[in-house]
Amino acid sequence: MKRLLSTLALAGAFGLAAAGAQAAKLDQVKAKGFIQCGVSQGLPGFSNPDDKGNWTGLDVDFCRAVAAAVFGDATKVKFTPLSAKDRFTALQSGDIDILSRNTTWTISRDTSLGLNFTGVTYYDGQGFMIRKDKKVNSALELAGASVCTQTGTTTEQNVADFFRANNMQYEVIAFATADETIKAYDAGRCDVYTTDRSGLAAERLKLTNPDDHIVLPEIISKEPLGPVVSHGDDQWFDIVKWVLFAQVNAEELGVSSKNLDEQLKSTNPEIKRLVGTEGKFGEGLGIGNDWVVNIVKLVGNYGEMYDRNVGPDTPLKLARGTNALWTKGGLQYAPPIR
Amino acid sequence: MSLTFDDGTFIRSEMQTPLPPPGRNVGAIGWMRENLFSSITNTVLTLAGIALVVWILPPLLRFLFIDAVWTGNNRDACLGAEVGACWPFIKAKFAQLIYGFYPADQRWRVNLVFLIGAVLLVPLLVLSWPHKRLNSFLFFVAYPILAFILLTGGNISASNFLLGHFGLLRAVAGDAAVAGLQFGFWLDFVITAALCVAVAYLIGRLAAGSGRGAATMTAYVFAGFGILTFLWDVDFGLERVETRQWGGLLVTLVIAVTGIVTSMPLGIALALGRRSKMPIVRLLSVIFIEFWRGVPLITVLFFATYMLPLFLPVGVNPDGLLRALVGVALFTAAYIAEVVRGGLQAIPKGQYEGAMAMGLTWSQMMRLIILPQALTLVIPSIVNSFISLFKDTTLVLIVSIFDFLGQLRAAFTDPNWATPVTLYTGFAFAGIVYFLFCFGMSRYSLFVERRLNTSHRH
Amino acid sequence: MADWVEPAVRQGRTSFMNDPKVRSIVLQVVALVLVIVLGWMFIDNAKENLAAQKIATGFGFLENTAGFGISQTLISYSETSTYGRAFAVGILNTLLVAVIGIFFATIIGFLVGIGRLSKNFVIRLISTCYVELLRNLPPLFQILFWYLAVLSAMPNPRQSISIFGEAYISNRGIVVPRPLFGEGTGLVLWTFGFAVLATVLIGAWGRQRREETGRGFPTLWIGLGLIIGLPLIAMIVTGFPITFEKPELKGFNFAGGMRVVPEFVALTVGLATYTAAFIAENVRAGITSVSHGQTEAANSLGLRSGYTMRLVVIPQAMRVIIPPLTSQYLNLTKNSSLAVAIGYPDLVAVFAGTTLNQTGQAIEIIAITMGVYLVISIITSVIMNAYNKRVALVER
Repeated sequence: MKRLLSTLALAGAFGLAAAGAQAAKLDQVKAKGFIQCGVSQGLPGFSNPDDKGNWTGLDVDFCRAVAAAVFGDATKVKFTPLSAKDRFTALQSGDIDILSRNTTWTISRDTSLGLNFTGVTYYDGQGFMIRKDKKVNSALELAGASVCTQTGTTTEQNVADFFRANNMQYEVIAFATADETIKAYDAGRCDVYTTDRSGLAAERLKLTNPDDHIVLPEIISKEPLGPVVSHGDDQWFDIVKWVLFAQVNAEELGVSSKNLDEQLKSTNPEIKRLVGTEGKFGEGLGIGNDWVVNIVKLVGNYGEMYDRNVGPDTPLKLARGTNALWTKGGLQYAPPIR
Repeated sequence: MSLTFDDGTFIRSEMQTPLPPPGRNVGAIGWMRENLFSSITNTVLTLAGIALVVWILPPLLRFLFIDAVWTGNNRDACLGAEVGACWPFIKAKFAQLIYGFYPADQRWRVNLVFLIGAVLLVPLLVLSWPHKRLNSFLFFVAYPILAFILLTGGNISASNFLLGHFGLLRAVAGDAAVAGLQFGFWLDFVITAALCVAVAYLIGRLAAGSGRGAATMTAYVFAGFGILTFLWDVDFGLERVETRQWGGLLVTLVIAVTGIVTSMPLGIALALGRRSKMPIVRLLSVIFIEFWRGVPLITVLFFATYMLPLFLPVGVNPDGLLRALVGVALFTAAYIAEVVRGGLQAIPKGQYEGAMAMGLTWSQMMRLIILPQALTLVIPSIVNSFISLFKDTTLVLIVSIFDFLGQLRAAFTDPNWATPVTLYTGFAFAGIVYFLFCFGMSRYSLFVERRLNTSHRH
Repeated sequence: MADWVEPAVRQGRTSFMNDPKVRSIVLQVVALVLVIVLGWMFIDNAKENLAAQKIATGFGFLENTAGFGISQTLISYSETSTYGRAFAVGILNTLLVAVIGIFFATIIGFLVGIGRLSKNFVIRLISTCYVELLRNLPPLFQILFWYLAVLSAMPNPRQSISIFGEAYISNRGIVVPRPLFGEGTGLVLWTFGFAVLATVLIGAWGRQRREETGRGFPTLWIGLGLIIGLPLIAMIVTGFPITFEKPELKGFNFAGGMRVVPEFVALTVGLATYTAAFIAENVRAGITSVSHGQTEAANSLGLRSGYTMRLVVIPQAMRVIIPPLTSQYLNLTKNSSLAVAIGYPDLVAVFAGTTLNQTGQAIEIIAITMGVYLVISIITSVIMNAYNKRVALVER
């Protein structure tokens, strides 16, 4: 009777909960025929839907690259818009296969939340944006300013630390969502808007006159953003990890979607290993040997992906900076494919 | 009567027709003198009122219609000095405001749900339409199940889940052995059902002398539950659409309708509990009702979002929308309970005594005599609670669920439509939509109140 | 004889099980057991979950450093203060919005409610439109409208609207001069207090005289004279100890002066106008509940309509108005939690928002937050019940 009652009482509440995952992630993904990818609810340049619901952005393209590697078809991916609070539970419960949602890699998330960060798609840090007509050139001139920020993020604490460390007065107005925050900043409620610098560049596009605003040079925190998978499936972890490494290696070796056909004929052993004409590295991951060819052909190498979504020619106008290859003075470095 | 005047010139034999009242006391002028300018204060008030109307109305009409922009593809159409509402913005965002991120090729399912809902609701609201019982069953029982399957796509493997967490066989066979096995679930289900029916029969036998009633009741419950699980699990070939992709008016209506459908039975049960003669049942009901009524809905939503998952077994993460729905349903139920209690208290004692004198059991008395009268009495208050519920659905945007208002706010940040009038256009549109829903409901409640007044009270 | 015994036995048996008392005890025990089992399940799951997610428990976090700023604080607070302090700041901000909102909602509500019954067609029309429009739009919608739409129409601090060069309105809120209390302020405040007390006494005496002799007394004018005049004299005597610090545009914002943040303005205006629509309906119901004979009697005594309203109708209507009025006050207080949507640091935003996100201690924090609102509700309903009892005694 108790069993019956508790069944009746709780069945409704659990109706939509996902059943536990037993089979290997890769097999599950192959069986259902697409990858479920968790993205943001709208951040230009990283993951943003247009009026018709088509997604674009760096985080979105990364998921497409994984789909290209697994299925040889970059369209076999579905996107789940997630709030900042919801993102980790969605991954833990198996609702999504990859979380690619400008998520900062920290030790507590990596360990106690049961997640695996597979790499860094974007090296970021917290910055400040301000109206040009305020004629401020450094964050150290912000004494007395009103600062708009999003509540419940590390941003709020970073900014408190920064102002206190520099002995400056300030007023903080914290909003529940990024949309509210940027809207209040646009309305002139605050002098300064603070979040990750990539976020600043993206949110800047939502302003009425983006050209009236500048980002200050100071970076007050480290925010390495990357894709995440959940603990407990090393094969899937490896695949997602190496998709990014393959894209970085492809850029380093000069393999892009434009010259792919020539590069397939290359005699350079490194390129041959990369495109799968030598060795069977793809099979080691449990996917086809032409995985890198598919990634580069359908999505492009890291540099192409960057330039297309957030680079200097896009509305975000983000220079490569720390995200340049290690050979060019940046931080993007991938282990070799061999 | 001896005084008579033969010539009859002295006294009028008939009344003179009264003179018309002075021109300034009748007609439009008279009405104005009486109603608008009867005293100095009144005149001042009238003039101030007219000034207020003149101050608000013409600019509003100009903004909404005369100066409004009706066509265009991006913000350029709506930039300019003397521009009114930017309706192309609403047109561009319309699909998102209604469906959220619901996949474009699947939106016919949402439309179908809306259509069926309207078709079932209209005859339910028309008081004189027959077949109320069937109609109610369709709207309150069949429709939610159908809508659930259509909107989510069904096939949610509820049986696996139930088996994994509650199945009898799980203890015997272990998780891995039965997971994914439909047959295992149904076997388990039938055994559980049979056991429960037997127990119910025994209890009924001991308590009332005949266990047949209790046994059939239990069997019905299990049959209904089995059908529900089966329907949820059948693969209808519909694509799965997660609730995270839902948004806009769809979410607003889902929350409102679910809140209404689930809070009614719960609220009635709580009201009966509060009026019960059993002290513990009464105490529990009072605590439950007063607790939910004493806290703001936002804290309830925070509770549902952050605390509820902690109270469930490890690894069980109910869907975000579902969590909010649970919060809204409990919250509304407490308010409905108080409304229903008001109705119960308004029923004269004679009705209870009459029912008891007829030898009706408690449940018969409630079901046949008291509740029908009590609920009819409080229909207007119930509708008012639903209006509150409808307005309160906006609060879910605080826990990152994109309802109609949330979707609108997201649309505000689209740089393609960033103009000085975008905000006002969006607020005007959303205001009209919310107003139509709430005002419609309140008019309906007034209409019902009047209808019931004439038939019952006077 | 056998016929007699048989039913008796059966009756005894069935009556034991069918005995309403036994049945009700069984039912209650079952209900209690169910609740306890459910509660125990929840607690057990929560323990397991907290351990699995490595979330701390207990109320020790209230002593920890908060590390975040708050834009409006009634008591001193900085980033180095504790979470407990932030909690206090949140409660005070909630209460501030509630008190000010209730004040304005009552005034607007009574005016509109009386306006709905006015003989003046224009006033009646406007009042009806007000009630129908505001009642049928979600409060969150209205608050967002006040915040976003009205704020974006305000100028920035440098172009702020100046009111006689003393106060400024801009998109940073309203800045007014702040009084600075110099030496001798005490005397001024004392005389002010004395003047208020004297006015109250004079008012009571005047009312008594009117009831006894029928002659009125100009309490209002004399009271005003006292309240303004006495402190003024004291000011002159002590050499104007109270000075005002004028707000000045300095750097980004106004420095000095007292600032009312726009979040507060939007929230208070939104809540007050929304709740006023409901209060207006309560007032209207209350006034219509007073029998028409009362108005007619007052009219035939020669009272003007203002007096009829003030002296005859409203006092009787209050008995009907007060209970729903309190529940509207309570609603306003609870709705003030919508502050979280526009960044006003009320209890929910500061505590259940930021603090919860930083500490992750959902159970403690949400329990405390709900507890605060519950306490407010319970206190209100206790006062309400006491009032109802008093009114019931007065009833005819």
